[in-house]
Amino acid sequence: MRKLLFESLFRRPFTEAAPSADDAAVSELANAVGRAARRRLGRSLSIREVDAGSCNGCELEIHALNNAYYDVERFGLRFVASPRHADVLMVTGPVTKNMRDALERTYHATPNPKWIVAIGDCARDGGCFAGSYAVVGGVSEVIPVDLHIAGCPPTPTAMLRGLLALLERADTSAVTP
Amino acid sequence: MASPIDRILEGREILQRRPWPRAVVGAHLWRFVANELARGRLGLLGLWGEPSTVHMAIMDEATSEIATVSLDCPDHSYASIGRHHPPALRLERAAHDLFGLTAEGAPDTRPWLDHNCWGVRFPLGDRINALSEVPRYRFLPVEGDGLHQIAVGPVHAGIIEPGHFRFTANGETVVRLEERLGYTHKGIEGLMIGANLERAAQLAGRVSGDSTVAYAYAFSKAAEAALGLVVPDRAVWLRALLAELERLANHLGDIGAICNDASFTLMHALCGVLRESILRASNSAFGHRLMRDIIVPGGVTRDLSDAGTEIIQATLDNIRLRFPALVELYDNTASLQDRTVDTGVLKPALAKQYAVGGYIGRASGRSFDARRTLAYPPYDKLRFEVPVLNEGDVNARVWIRVREVEQSLSLIDQILDRLPEGPSGTHAGHRGEAREGMAIVEGFRGDVLVWLRLRDGLIERCHLRDPSWFQWPLLEAVVEDNIVADFPLCNKSFNCSYSGHDL
Repeated sequence: MRKLLFESLFRRPFTEAAPSADDAAVSELANAVGRAARRRLGRSLSIREVDAGSCNGCELEIHALNNAYYDVERFGLRFVASPRHADVLMVTGPVTKNMRDALERTYHATPNPKWIVAIGDCARDGGCFAGSYAVVGGVSEVIPVDLHIAGCPPTPTAMLRGLLALLERADTSAVTP
Repeated sequence: MASPIDRILEGREILQRRPWPRAVVGAHLWRFVANELARGRLGLLGLWGEPSTVHMAIMDEATSEIATVSLDCPDHSYASIGRHHPPALRLERAAHDLFGLTAEGAPDTRPWLDHNCWGVRFPLGDRINALSEVPRYRFLPVEGDGLHQIAVGPVHAGIIEPGHFRFTANGETVVRLEERLGYTHKGIEGLMIGANLERAAQLAGRVSGDSTVAYAYAFSKAAEAALGLVVPDRAVWLRALLAELERLANHLGDIGAICNDASFTLMHALCGVLRESILRASNSAFGHRLMRDIIVPGGVTRDLSDAGTEIIQATLDNIRLRFPALVELYDNTASLQDRTVDTGVLKPALAKQYAVGGYIGRASGRSFDARRTLAYPPYDKLRFEVPVLNEGDVNARVWIRVREVEQSLSLIDQILDRLPEGPSGTHAGHRGEAREGMAIVEGFRGDVLVWLRLRDGLIERCHLRDPSWFQWPLLEAVVEDNIVADFPLCNKSFNCSYSGHDL
């Protein structure tokens, strides 16, 4: 183990430069976040991930956000274990009817101010599962969504760009209480 | 001694043999199969419904012969298999929820996928309105001094899929775990009905995202079997390449994630880097990090270029260089071994009873690997070992995966070395009459089974059986007598799919 740790002291880090914030996301957020003055969050957001019925493809790429290449924590973004600790709910999947109640309850357990980010094509409108007897549809059918990040699944870079846009927006629209 | 499958099929009209026989049986033979399953001579591969038929795929455990038996049930009931052979229980509960088929004499008749949220009952059978008032789901009763319950989920603490776990514990020791699943039920088999091949392949590739290649592979093979389609050699080999890349990525990610559940984050970080390197190579070579929608009926949608080959080779070289140090790190860290050795033991007898596949079966003495046992091309022409251990603990499951990483590295080398030239796909032909096909493909988690019937180029019925169906119940068994804090380790070492199971 010592050798591995020693090596990592001298090796250049895997972590890559941050991508620029997503333009489309910035304009979508202009409406969402601008609606009300937000309390200053100090460029730090806690994220609670909720799988509302996804195929788990999006989860794999959300996991990748935490790996050494993307290292999402360097931006002050971190995944937390409870909605009660969260500023952002990151929701994946077409919302299944069996998960609707759990998603609503998670939303209500998240303190204000909060943002909802819908991840993936299914989270927008149900994707290829739309129309099923077991599927409600997109996330916005159940809870208000502030930002969509498209893809099947979106790449970690696409998610990072969206989240950075959210972070910038949360920062500039914030007022000191 | 004649194989029980020969006895079942003897003198019976074989409906279709693509590639395995299916026969309609009467109540008497149905019970004979139940008995043979209970005696351990047959293994259960799957049990699924149609509006007035129930099908069961079985395998002779000695000869690996496979067959499907079907029982007509015009009155929507059949003799329960689960009564004699518990691995069938959840499959029967699911067939009831979807089709309204009742398993007579079943010891557990609680709903499984139906949480009374759909607004309809028996959505794939004769639909009726949902019940206005339903009794609460009853977890199995527990009695005894000093017991308490811990309810977890459906929303979990990590970035994982939803499901509910009900632990009953005595102090720190788990006395019973009961799972409740079905939260991610999307009605995929319903959406399949009437879909054309293109849409159906897309849906199949979204049954379980981590196995998108395995599902597209199994679905395509089943469709090709039904249509009698011959896939060009190059596509056959490219599919195996995709499947091995998917296996590598998942194994590397999970080995790290298991260690992470013992708070050993260094392994997690370093394995995560290797996993990412595979995803990037896949993206460069095939245009998608998870290689989604590449395998389709008839072949593959993207051919491999020389540049793609080079990137994959370079990635593999790097893994060969880095991985051994990680294996050594795992092996030499006593505090980590303390958590994984003797934790979550799956006894070989139970693995055999459930005919459980993947690294779970192979860590508990069951050597089944569809690539070897069924030897579908190109695996019949490739050299590889199927690692098997008998300990059945978390540690054994980690080691099986370590060994499988090594095998996949070698398999990819062989594939790249011997990749035939030629076209990478052919057009799926059109046939009017009903044609059935079945396929079993070894995904990273275990054997994925797809059975389908096509008519006029459209799906009439398609059943997709995830390996998790036979793995989830065993997780309940292995957690018993472990401490609550070791559940994440046991769970991650199984890594069952929620979405693949819930469909």
